[in-house]
Amino acid sequence: MTDNAHAFLEVNNIEVIYDHVILVLKGVSLEVPKGGIVALLGANGAGKSTTLKAISNLLGAERGDVTKGNILYKGEAVESLNPSDLVRRGVVQVMEGRHCFEHLTIEENLLTGAYTRRDGRKAIAQSLEMIYDYFPRLRERRSSQAGYTSGGEQQMCAIGRAMLAQPEMILLDEPSMGLAPQLVEEIFEIVKKLNQNEGVSFLLAEQNTNVALRYSDYGYIMENGRVVMEGNAKELSENEDVKEFYLGISTEGRKSFRDVKNYRRRKRWLS
Amino acid sequence: MRLERDVIYIILASLLLMVAIPWMAGTLSEDIFFEWPFFFEVAIGGLLSGVMYSLVALGFVLIFKASGVFNFAQGAMVLFSALTLVGLNEMGLPMWLSVIVTLLVMLVLAIAIERVVLRSLVNQEHIILFMATIGIAYFLDGFGQTIWGSEVKNLDIGFSQEPGFYFDGLILINDFDLIAAVIAGILVIVLALFFQYTRIGRALRAVADDHQAALSVGIPLKHIWVIVWAVAGIVALVAGIMWGSKLGVQFSLALIALKALPVLILGGFTSVPGAIIGGLLIGAGEKLAEVFIAPMIGGGIEDWFAYMLALAFLVFRPQGLFGEKIIERV
Repeated sequence: MTDNAHAFLEVNNIEVIYDHVILVLKGVSLEVPKGGIVALLGANGAGKSTTLKAISNLLGAERGDVTKGNILYKGEAVESLNPSDLVRRGVVQVMEGRHCFEHLTIEENLLTGAYTRRDGRKAIAQSLEMIYDYFPRLRERRSSQAGYTSGGEQQMCAIGRAMLAQPEMILLDEPSMGLAPQLVEEIFEIVKKLNQNEGVSFLLAEQNTNVALRYSDYGYIMENGRVVMEGNAKELSENEDVKEFYLGISTEGRKSFRDVKNYRRRKRWLS
Repeated sequence: MRLERDVIYIILASLLLMVAIPWMAGTLSEDIFFEWPFFFEVAIGGLLSGVMYSLVALGFVLIFKASGVFNFAQGAMVLFSALTLVGLNEMGLPMWLSVIVTLLVMLVLAIAIERVVLRSLVNQEHIILFMATIGIAYFLDGFGQTIWGSEVKNLDIGFSQEPGFYFDGLILINDFDLIAAVIAGILVIVLALFFQYTRIGRALRAVADDHQAALSVGIPLKHIWVIVWAVAGIVALVAGIMWGSKLGVQFSLALIALKALPVLILGGFTSVPGAIIGGLLIGAGEKLAEVFIAPMIGGGIEDWFAYMLALAFLVFRPQGLFGEKIIERV
């Protein structure tokens, strides 16, 4: 997984506190290899988004603080950079809920992604064409205001916008949110393509464990601000506990919640 | 800017009303003097004073566009910049140098506001930022007058204040107002192009829509805010020079901001051209109303006519003529 001493992105035992009081992450460590797709799984409130925001340094705007641990990108500490510097170095976050600029057109939205680039109009126009090739739907809607496009188109726009910064690493927060299963599949398909053709590494936070594990190489499962399990995507999706608690399938048929033994097993697994 | 059909109808209808009502009033009532040259003189005078409102409204639009915040301090910035300009001039600096130094002062002010006030309020509710601008407004009012004194000052930038006759001596127009109109026109064109077609302009609009998303794609909020407050400061200085040489530099300059409100509601808070069209409609409307309608109902409607128009607009078109539609997906 690792090349040399450090992985491409390395999060070491970070602790995050909001508003100086609320402890949200209690020592999270993870690694993303260069060119990999890594999934961060877990239920609502497990700390997935917070982990991503800690990496992209967007926590500051939400009054969150990384109080312990460190984050290394290409072996350099990045906790104290501002988001803009980090984008310039090649790490961009696509936020949960897409956050397109509603009153800007799709094309203008994409172009804002190139804000940090200094390589001239021509290169940016080329990247724009490339994004339109990956997302033909965006080309059709290039001049409509983003606020009037569908959820799927907005998600594509958000990913495309991040791609325009020419990142080496995208932090993708909940791309499946509020989208039809077919569309989710389509978006993950493109993520995979971007990963293979453009060499972008992805760290994606997802609740849709099933899809996420199918498209990623490695996975971390979070509960209550901790990583409780990790492994290759394939191993994880074959793990009995993951199957039962996250994928909702079990070899032993349906389980009753009244079943004490089962409850104990989950509890032991969590703590 | 997309011209919707409704907008064209509204503008045409208001123009028609502006002509029809005075004409009808003139024919129906004997108290009201109506002749075409006189009508045009009033209308043009109104349009030109409307341009002066637009100048103030522009500053509001800039900051609102870029941060979604209604900058209560815009009027105070107009006063502060005019006071600084006159103060420097009185200290013996030549006018051109005073203008340059005042521009620098406005830039420093923008940086200071970002450092002290805005930076700590990132991602807060708009109402909180609005309250912060109220604080800035009172600070600037007081600070400017503490440094430069509070007596009424004369600002002379060398433009003639004499009225001139145009169209074979039929119509009387103030030359100064014409110059102000030209300057405002240039300012608007430059700003509109800047917002629509430049990288920074696009970033400004992006920040207005969503602070956090703008951060996430690498737009540095700090720089953007300094830029936008500095530009608003420049616009304030232009407005300050124009209004200051018309009325004298005094505290009441801070209050002309109130006249910009109906202009903004008419034109839309987010539109640079809207600020101009709104200013023209309000300016012409209130002068015509004062001259041709007021005598019938006892006079003195110039002061509130604009606000009444604004109220009517709020009911039927809350986003103003050119404002951004409030997007709601269902």
